[in-house]
Parts: sequence; structure tokens; C-alpha cells
Amino acid sequence: MENLINLFVKSIFIENMVFAYFLGMCSYLAVSKSVKTATGLGAAVIFVLAITLPVNYLLENYILKEGAMAWLGPQFADVDLSFLSFIMFIAVIASMVQLVEMIVEKFAPVLYTQLGIFLPLIAVNCAILGGSLFMQQKAFNNIAEATTYGLGSGIGWFLAIVGIAAIREKIKYSQVPAPLRGLGITFIVTGLMGLAFMGFMGIKL
Amino acid sequence: MSEKEALFSKKNLGLLSNPLNSDNPITVQVLGICSALAVTAQLKPAIVMAIAVTAVVAFANVIISLLRNTIPNRIRIIVQLVVIAALVILVDQVLKAFVYDVSKQLSVFVGLIITNCILMGRLEAFALGNKPWPSLLDGIGNGAGYGAILVIIGFFRELLGSGSLFGYKLIPESWYIANGGFYSNNGMMILPPMALITVGVIIWVQRSKNRKLIED
Repeated sequence: MENLINLFVKSIFIENMVFAYFLGMCSYLAVSKSVKTATGLGAAVIFVLAITLPVNYLLENYILKEGAMAWLGPQFADVDLSFLSFIMFIAVIASMVQLVEMIVEKFAPVLYTQLGIFLPLIAVNCAILGGSLFMQQKAFNNIAEATTYGLGSGIGWFLAIVGIAAIREKIKYSQVPAPLRGLGITFIVTGLMGLAFMGFMGIKL
Repeated sequence: MSEKEALFSKKNLGLLSNPLNSDNPITVQVLGICSALAVTAQLKPAIVMAIAVTAVVAFANVIISLLRNTIPNRIRIIVQLVVIAALVILVDQVLKAFVYDVSKQLSVFVGLIITNCILMGRLEAFALGNKPWPSLLDGIGNGAGYGAILVIIGFFRELLGSGSLFGYKLIPESWYIANGGFYSNNGMMILPPMALITVGVIIWVQRSKNRKLIED
């Protein structure tokens, strides 16, 4: 349990998807003009990360990894399909996003109208595929760790995009030098936020 | 079309050269930022990444452009993803075979070429509506524009952060404070946040030279 809490805090603050690995920067920059839309996209990312990570974890450990197919019988024990992992992960993500979209539309129409436009976009958000690839690299011990990691990274991404959206809403009223306006200042502010987040690195977990 | 367009007509050359400056994928179209920042702490991985992305963009553009009249509109995203993922697997295997240390350094970012927005962006915006040859040029142009920015960022980050280029020390050892000199590396340049600030400064310089790009 303690281990899971550590992992959770670590994935939100210390290994933040945006500030430490720059994942999901494209939508981070494109959809952060207002806090409201940023919240919607952030929530959708948490949702999809928390679902795709455990699914990809099972896929990795029972089908793709070297020797993972041993449960089918001894003749499969030395099959190594790990080179297929990119294409499998992206297929899982794309179909999960589609599935999540359909489920949300059916059972939570209000949430659907709020997230609507963002859900399909998430399939090509690198934070999602990045989460799965980091999961593969970190070789988690069990599915609970993978889920926690997904949830934590999602929340970290959410915090980052809501934070930058709030700052951008305020920055509209300041005198920014013309060539820096818009994209330039957003990059610099993100850099400064990243420096602030690096303060968390001091925490020993 | 009865008249045949020259292979390197003015329009086609524009496809190659525009992405280098006024239509740059990173600083103007805001595509493919993630990897641009993550792999540029040193020059060597930055260049390998630039070549990998250029290869994938160019080939994906050609393949999608050849298929553009047969792909049903509804499932085009998944077709594009499959084409890209297959190409990225090829690139990954090649990197692992020939430059293993760099491929270890790039870690997940080779796989993340799949979701690099430059690919989807160019496929959607260009290859779906154009013939294979212009698509190839557009792919190479955009890959080069992306690579140019990567090399600039990598150059400054490695030079200021480690005092070296391509791993070769440029700052004489005797300059360092430890050896009684006056110089020390700016360790901050290696850290992730400085990549963001470097890109911010590049955008600043580019836009003050090319005023048309200024946002209001």
C-alpha cells in the first residue's frame, strides 16, 4: 500500500508527464487558452490513461513479453513478440478511446457533451502512448501499480494544463513583447513552471 | 491534367523550403513539440531523432498519398496510425541494430514518433489531398524543418550544459573552477525546463525577424 502511494505521488509531481517528459505538449499548447476547455481535456486524459494502462499491462505481460505466452502451453514459452508492442498499444488506445466515447455517450450524456470534442483527439495524445511505453520500461510488478501509475500521470497532466490555462488567461492583460506573444511566452512560462516543479525532486520516496 | 508539371517546379521547391522557416512545423505549426524537447540535451540523439522522423514522415506521406483514393474517410485515422506504427517499428529495429547506445538514450521517444503530431498533421493536411511526389517533398521538407530546430536546441543545450559537442569536449579542462580556472558548466541547460525556454527564445528570435508570424 505504501508503495502504491509513493508511486502515485511520484507520478503526479516528480515525474510529471508535461514538465519532466514533455508528453502531450501538442494538445497542452493548443487547448490551454481557457480554463474550462483545459479542465475538460484534462479530465478526459485522466480517464483514458487510467483505463488503457491496466489493459496494456495485461497485454504486455500475457502476450507480448518474451516468454509471456507460456500460459498457452510449453511450446509457446520462447515466443518474443515485443517488437509488436508499438502497434498493439496504439491499437488498444485507439479502440479504448472509441469504447470510452460510446460508454460515456450512453451513460453520462452531460459529461459527453462536455468532453465530446476532446475524446477522439486523445487517441493521438502522446501522453497516453507515453504512459504505456513507460509502463513497459519500468516493468511494474502487478496491475495495481500500473493502474496507480496511469491515474497519477493523468492527474499530473491535468494539473499542468489547468495551471497553464489559468496563467494564459491572466497573461492576456499584460504587455508581452510582440514577437513573444502567444506561443513564445507560453513556452517560457511552461519552462518556469517546470523549474518550480523540479523543487519536488528533493522529496525522497 | 494534360500538361506535366516539372519535378522541381517552383511550387515543389517551396514545399521543401517553406517548412525551414515561414512554415516551420515546430515554431509555427506547433506540431511535434514533445520529442523536440526531450531528446535535445545532446546533439547526437537530436540528429538521430531528426533523421528518424524525416524518414517516417516522408514514407508515411508517400504511402498515404498512394492510398488516398482507396481509404474510406471514416476509418482514415486508424489506417494512418497503422501505416505510421509499422514504419516506426522498422525505424526502431534499425536503430537498435546499428546505433544501440543512441536508441537506449532515446528510450520511449522512438515509439512516441507514432503519436508525433507532425505525422498526423502532415498526413491530414497534405498527403490526403496530393500526389505522391509533392507529398514526398512535403514530408522531407517538414522533417528537415523539424530537424533544423532540433539541431539548434541540441547545439546550445550541449555546448552550454556540458561544454561539448557530439561528446567532444570543447571547453579546455584548465578553464574549469575545479582545475583553478574561472568556468563552470550551466547544469540547468541539461534539465528539461531549459529546453522549453530555449524554444521560447528561438520563437522570439524568429518572429522578430519575420514579423508576419506575430500573433495578436
